[in-house]
Amino acid sequence: MPEYQNIFTRVEVQGPGEAGLALPPGGTGRRFGTPMHNSLLGRIGHSQIGPIYLGWYGVASIICGFIAIEIIGLNMWASVGWDPIQFVRQGPWLALEPPPPEYGLSLPPLNQGGWWLMAGFFLTAAILLWWVRTYRRALQLGMGTHVAWAFASAIWLYLVLGLIRPVMMGSWAEAVPFGIFPHLDWTAAFSIRYGNLFYNPFHMLSIVFLYGSTLLFAMHGATILATSRYGGERESEQITDRGTASERAALFWRWTMGFNATMESIHRWAWWFAVLTPLTGGIGILLTGTVVDNWYLWGVKHGLAPVYPDVFPGMTEMSNPALSGGDMSGGAATAQ
Amino acid sequence: MAWSIRKPLALASLGVAAVLAGCEDPPIDSQQRGYRGVALEQNYNPEDFAKLIEQNQVPEPGTPAPEGGQKASEVYQNVEVLGHLNQAQFTRLMNAITQWVSPDQGCAYCHELSKGFAYDDVYTKKVSRYMLRMTMDINENWEKHVQNTENKTGVTCYTCHRGNNLPKNVWWKNADDPQNATGMMAGWTPDGQNGPNMKTVYTSLPGNPFERYLLGEGDLTQMIGVQGNQALPDPQSTDSIQATEATYGFMMHQSDSLGVNCTYCHNSRAWGNWEQSPPQRVTAWHGQRMTRAINNDYIVPTTDLLPAKRLGPKGDAPKANCATCHNGVYKPLFGANMVKDYPSLDPNMSREEAAELREKLGPDHGANYGMPPRIGSENAEPAVDNRF
Repeated sequence: MPEYQNIFTRVEVQGPGEAGLALPPGGTGRRFGTPMHNSLLGRIGHSQIGPIYLGWYGVASIICGFIAIEIIGLNMWASVGWDPIQFVRQGPWLALEPPPPEYGLSLPPLNQGGWWLMAGFFLTAAILLWWVRTYRRALQLGMGTHVAWAFASAIWLYLVLGLIRPVMMGSWAEAVPFGIFPHLDWTAAFSIRYGNLFYNPFHMLSIVFLYGSTLLFAMHGATILATSRYGGERESEQITDRGTASERAALFWRWTMGFNATMESIHRWAWWFAVLTPLTGGIGILLTGTVVDNWYLWGVKHGLAPVYPDVFPGMTEMSNPALSGGDMSGGAATAQ
Repeated sequence: MAWSIRKPLALASLGVAAVLAGCEDPPIDSQQRGYRGVALEQNYNPEDFAKLIEQNQVPEPGTPAPEGGQKASEVYQNVEVLGHLNQAQFTRLMNAITQWVSPDQGCAYCHELSKGFAYDDVYTKKVSRYMLRMTMDINENWEKHVQNTENKTGVTCYTCHRGNNLPKNVWWKNADDPQNATGMMAGWTPDGQNGPNMKTVYTSLPGNPFERYLLGEGDLTQMIGVQGNQALPDPQSTDSIQATEATYGFMMHQSDSLGVNCTYCHNSRAWGNWEQSPPQRVTAWHGQRMTRAINNDYIVPTTDLLPAKRLGPKGDAPKANCATCHNGVYKPLFGANMVKDYPSLDPNMSREEAAELREKLGPDHGANYGMPPRIGSENAEPAVDNRF
């Protein structure tokens, strides 16, 4: 079997640690730690660990993140009576819930959503500080800020879910709980409450970009691996000097689907698909409950939801027993 | 270099096998019940289904009692509920109830034999009066839930008891709540949610759907319905995501109790829409109200009669939910009609009507209903298909 057709990275460079560019004079942060190599790590990525640069933003972000995780984790632990075994066993079920609807946007008691607000504050701070870090590190290295803006797209969705939309709805209760199953149950309940999110056009777009991202990712990764025997992984050089690997890859896609991206454009495709996934998704969430209350009925109104043949002939809107006052009838009022 | 691919491959296969070990054995049968392409279908595991059929057989009915003769109230003392039956009907029903509810203890479960059958100071006897009135009330006034087909299925004691003193599926308040963190600084679990809870089929949804929906007096239609009736927001609406989660938890219970998917009663693209819902949803609607009414009217009042061993952690009586009668089947006992053999339990059913039904349905129609569901009909006819 040819060596390049392998699940793991076959080429692992281990030499003297790479220290990286010098930090500009006058900078407050510094790198620390002696670089080391780990060959297992080298199978999935680069084998070198360190030196690490955190800087003030990184340190502040990690502290905020730690506080958030502590608040969430300790609340979960408290919810099983501080039993360490139950904390692990029930882990996926446990949660830190937002305040109930009656508190609106006001400050709830600590143990009725107050902790949630606090955890949310620190988690948001941690994420935003980490964003600043990705932005500043990119500038520092003389790179573009593509990673930071892609990350910002994910942060947009996070902020819509936990901050912007709840504020627009006037209730923290609209936000997502922290917890594994609980946030999934929230997702399902959110779609049900607002009449089926699948009829939300921005949700549709988000799905297109999400699935499209995975497809592009697979196509691109496969193309590069498949042409690596001709040096296909030297993508940047091949943007201007395409060479046989690039030509074969391009020809392959033209033959199989009639069109091909280039070594440059494939990365723009992938970046935009990835960025548009949470961007459109966030717009869809933001419109839900604020602008549209029932996406199914909205879909009917705008000719989006198809009408299917009537398979339950007896059933009409009047079948709702509540309409015929059925709620009051039936059953003896009192037994004795 | 061959090993380098084999080892990870073997590991990956082990991983896949471990993940698949949690699945049910194939094949799963699915039956289409709505228009194609809208996922209105029911999924069954044929092996589990065969077990369900075995577990839901109806006991052999006794020979019908002759008419006429003296009334039970004239022959016996303290016959409060069934005094209008004749002596033969009465003793036949008593024997049947013994079989259904206390096959091991026999008559002694409700009667202090040393003091005679008329002796009243036995809690089980007092409770059984509530239960008999409840059974008759269900058959008389809740036909829309229990007798909405021409087969007039109805309920008997056996529908729930199945040979047990206490039906297998009952509920108490807060019985499975996660650790209660009231009065603590942290660890709030509102509405008994966020713990593995069989009431909501191991979701993290609010864990006390029965207290909310199957007890007390709230407006069920308003409490359960959470979707808006218009495309655009209604400023008056108070339906929260929390309320939706509570409804969802209750629906999980109904689905699990009946052994059906959500699509048994709903077209999942528009949960609240009645026009596209299978007609079973109407039956379920009445069932929710029926269950709450019997809890309120017949079961809660027995609380003071019950010994401590029957009470829950909050000192409440064991109450009914959908699973109490359904026991995992869409129609209890696969729709077998036992009322035709014991018409004394249905004030609406005359003895002539019962005899006609016995003639029409034959002795083993419940088991017939229990045949594995048919598969593959192009447009299933759920409205006329008796089993669905």
